[in-house]
Amino acid sequence: MNVHQSALPVLIVLIPLVTAFTLPVLGLWYRPAVFPAALTALVFACGASIAAAREVMVNGPLHYYMGGWAPPWGIEFRIDSLSALMLLLLTVITVLVGIYSKRSVLKEIPSKDVPFYSVYLLMVTGLVGLVSTADMFNLYVFLEITSLSSYALVSIGGGAAVVSAFRYVILGTVGAAFYLLSVGYLYSVTGSLNMADLSRILPGLYESNAVLVAFAFFVVGMSIKMALFPMHTWLPGAYADAPSAVSALVAATSTKVAAYVLVRVMFFVFEPRFSVEMIPVASLLAWMGAVAMVLGSVMAIAQTDFKRMLAYSSVAQIGYIVLGVGLANTMGFTGGILHLVNHAFMKCGLFLVAGAIVYRTGLRTISEFYLLSVKMPWTAATFTVCAFAMIGIPPMGGFFSKLYLILGAIDAGNWTFVVVIVLSSVLALAYLGNVLRYMYFPEELTTGRVGGRPVPEAIKRDDVPWTMLVPMLAVAAGVVLLGLFNGEVVGRFIEPGMPIGLER
Amino acid sequence: MDPVLDFVIGHFNTVTYITLMMIGFYAMTGKTNLVKKLVGMNIFQWSIILFVVSLSAKRGATIPIVQGGHGHDAAPVLEAAQYVNPLPHVLMLTAIVVGVATTGVALALLLRIHKQYGTLEEDELLAKIRGSG
Repeated sequence: MNVHQSALPVLIVLIPLVTAFTLPVLGLWYRPAVFPAALTALVFACGASIAAAREVMVNGPLHYYMGGWAPPWGIEFRIDSLSALMLLLLTVITVLVGIYSKRSVLKEIPSKDVPFYSVYLLMVTGLVGLVSTADMFNLYVFLEITSLSSYALVSIGGGAAVVSAFRYVILGTVGAAFYLLSVGYLYSVTGSLNMADLSRILPGLYESNAVLVAFAFFVVGMSIKMALFPMHTWLPGAYADAPSAVSALVAATSTKVAAYVLVRVMFFVFEPRFSVEMIPVASLLAWMGAVAMVLGSVMAIAQTDFKRMLAYSSVAQIGYIVLGVGLANTMGFTGGILHLVNHAFMKCGLFLVAGAIVYRTGLRTISEFYLLSVKMPWTAATFTVCAFAMIGIPPMGGFFSKLYLILGAIDAGNWTFVVVIVLSSVLALAYLGNVLRYMYFPEELTTGRVGGRPVPEAIKRDDVPWTMLVPMLAVAAGVVLLGLFNGEVVGRFIEPGMPIGLER
Repeated sequence: MDPVLDFVIGHFNTVTYITLMMIGFYAMTGKTNLVKKLVGMNIFQWSIILFVVSLSAKRGATIPIVQGGHGHDAAPVLEAAQYVNPLPHVLMLTAIVVGVATTGVALALLLRIHKQYGTLEEDELLAKIRGSG
């Protein structure tokens, strides 16, 4: 077999890793250099993943054998079109959040900038490593690098976040431990850890109890990591109490990567014939996703705190992704992956908006967002774009992924899911529309009783500085572009990466 | 012999790890003290590490080091059955390092919690967080 070898898969991981350990030393020597150095590393990682994506399109999957040891003995890094898409998504978002974080970190955690950027890069290392590794145990290590750095990032601001972070540590470790147990079981029956090798050996062992146990532990572990309802309890606190830049980063990346790992193992290490037909895990996941979509949205409506509302909305959106994956047909799979990408951008944008509002006004309660559209027009515009995408209004990205999901549900012949997708979108309109109402058309204006509040003309325009504004607008533009060019994303990345054996 | 006892002896490692895991699980869910929760989490992790290491155990086998294996008089044919599989040990060594790091992060968090709120009891902690708004 002709294998296309390249150093790119491992370069993307090494650039942030090496920088992460250099930054504390650099910080001792010359502190203002830390942020530019961190940003440079992120941009280089982004450039490397763009180069990798181009190569994957031309030559097919890229391989790298760590230390020159060929698989199945050595550790392999592999990028195919699906992981290229994930790498692009992750590196673009980390660059944008990185630019945004400068002012936000200066304001919220002024004395912690050196550890912040060091851990930030470590988290990026874990995320890109998770996506590009082709070794089950290596994946566990990257999973824990990601988790450990997100515990540290969530708690870096102090306050109630520390307690939320501790809860996250306990649950996250249980999730990772389940994953480790599943790797142990798989190793005990196959004697291999390489994904491609496992996918060759496993079909003969599908009847084995150890494989069933391994698969069950894997699904539960990953469900905890991606906060699938009812294993989501760590998520709202961790997202809501963390510093703004951290919320945007963690919300956009960590649960998405866990969903990617679920897809990778369910459909590529195991075959769809195992995870769909032999044991009904896929349909179970689809139903859990449907429950998450409805209950997550309902809980989001009940929140008064803006960031907590966004966090519960994340629980609902994870439901969409899992529903798409669980439908296990080509349309549903396309919708699930597309929604994964869209949601990363939308939720990143929304959390950046939340951070911008905290930066300028210190407000977090939704009912106090009186006429923010006058005070911070660009921030409000970003919110509007991302909110419309979440609700699913064309031409924003969210519309197309929901369309694919609905088509997938129809293909599967399950009309309940169609109803649930539409219902959850209507519920999203309820909680996001509520925020829009306070921002643009507060009740005081329509009733003419402005009371103690200033009239619109008296509010001075005072938006966030441009280093925060540009990333926000870039994310908003990304949301629109993902909608307009959804055919490109599907055609170039998702369709070539479609697992073999899915139903049409 | 009693079939239950037979099963326990036959699956000694599985029974041990599940017992330990459940003890850890109980401590994580049933205890209100955060340090006890952390201890429970550790027991949970170690139970899995013990289990995976036990997979490579083999009666009468030795460590996978070939004596006099280099040079001209090296023994060319080796019986794999005589040696213990080293890979699970190596993997679990990494997992132990990860576990230590997790414990370190969790302990650091507990220090911060204690400094901020003066308690590590979950119910008192929740009351204090709610009280401060």
